Amino acid sequence: MIRVILPFHLRNLARVGSELRLDVKGPVTQRSILDELEAQYPMLRGAIRDHVTQQRRPFLRFFACEEDLSHESPDAPVPESVASGKEPFVVLGAIAGGSGFEPPARDSVVRITRS
Amino acid sequence: MSKVRVLVGTRKGAFVLESDGKRQQWEISGPHFAGWEIYHLKGSAADPNRLYASQSSGWFGQQIQRSNDGGKTWEPVGNKFAYDGVPGTHQWYDGSPHPWEFKRVWHLEPSLTDPDMVYAGVEDAAIFSTTDGGRNWQELAGLRGHGTGPQWQPGAGGLCLHTIILDPSHPERMWIAISAAGAFRTEDGGKTWKPINRGLHSPYIPNPTAEIGHCIHHIAMHKSRPGVLFMQKHWDVMRSDDGGEQWREVSGNLPTDFGFVIDVHAHEPETIYVVPIKSDSEHYVHDGKLRVFRSRTGGDQWEPLTQGLPQSNCYVNVLRDAMAVDSLEQCGVYFGTTGGQIYVSADAGDTWTPIVRDLPVVLSVEVQTLS
Repeated sequence: MIRVILPFHLRNLARVGSELRLDVKGPVTQRSILDELEAQYPMLRGAIRDHVTQQRRPFLRFFACEEDLSHESPDAPVPESVASGKEPFVVLGAIAGGSGFEPPARDSVVRITRS
Repeated sequence: MSKVRVLVGTRKGAFVLESDGKRQQWEISGPHFAGWEIYHLKGSAADPNRLYASQSSGWFGQQIQRSNDGGKTWEPVGNKFAYDGVPGTHQWYDGSPHPWEFKRVWHLEPSLTDPDMVYAGVEDAAIFSTTDGGRNWQELAGLRGHGTGPQWQPGAGGLCLHTIILDPSHPERMWIAISAAGAFRTEDGGKTWKPINRGLHSPYIPNPTAEIGHCIHHIAMHKSRPGVLFMQKHWDVMRSDDGGEQWREVSGNLPTDFGFVIDVHAHEPETIYVVPIKSDSEHYVHDGKLRVFRSRTGGDQWEPLTQGLPQSNCYVNVLRDAMAVDSLEQCGVYFGTTGGQIYVSADAGDTWTPIVRDLPVVLSVEVQTLS
């Protein structure tokens, strides 16, 4: 089973707890994890990846095993410890505090944290 | 006994305020969708317990929420707003071509007769509709394909379609407004659209009387007179008596004619309300006084309504979708501010009371009159 941790707002949207588990068939990649996640929780479609392009939304990141996997190919295998369920696959929002309204412009530098 | 339900969208969630017909004691529920921007929520005229909400976030994109029980519980429905065909480009702020990109839903307008049918006005400007209660959305592409689309340019708030008005006497006719493209009308259910901006004068665009490019902030109509429209433009309060073919200015004696909201009394089609804002550089009320201005003559002659509203040190704004009226015998008027206050007048504007004072920035206010 793949362990997935979602950010606060997506947990509320999907009405799930702090961690959920997915049975991913075939090779375990970012794409296969997200495909299964969206199949189980359709309300997350479009909230992590763009509906049309399937690109990761600009202010979300993917972490696992203390590494930022956000720029890895979506079809690359995830670390073995994620595939085996030892470590979670973490979806988290970029910290973009300050304005109180919106994340800054897409090209701005944002600080990434696990908190 | 009649009661009212006020639907409030804010920067950090939605709130539902309910009262009996006296509109003195209020029950407040929320925040629903805490922490998300709720640009708009509105109930169906055909089924008052059917509500729709636009929930969005710069991080997580767009969601549409639906309630079947008057806002007690909600469920997410479809959130895929894909432009029809190859989207093409509009103008960016600097005049360069910019690809059409969906950002959010600004306004939801349920059908007057079918609770499963809703129109959505979105940024970048387009209109979508659903016929299955929000599960699937299709663009009415004739608007963006009208021919002037490549010339549309965003206002400060983005290239947003923020106003949708349905004609109760003619189901195929509706009006929309876009900042900063202008107003458009369809007579065939959205297949084809006509710009209706004649008479508008906007000195901040290269051709002040151009067919498109006007920054319209809001339009209001009384359901008994679908041909008469009232507009709060960026600057100028306008009216049209022929469905938008021709507009004339009715700012009259307003202290400033910049503003965002405009609405019409439920029973008096010539009684209209605006909240003047000092200027487009200073988005707060004039002279530190929160004043609603009422005209009983359809414009030109205005009176300030101040009783119960702060008359010193007030620097809030009232955004374009943040005013509404109920249809009780004594018409109630409601508005919300960027300071988080929701005010109600149960006597058509003569006196005002805050329902709640400290919500997040109020983006929208709608009211349902329930029997």
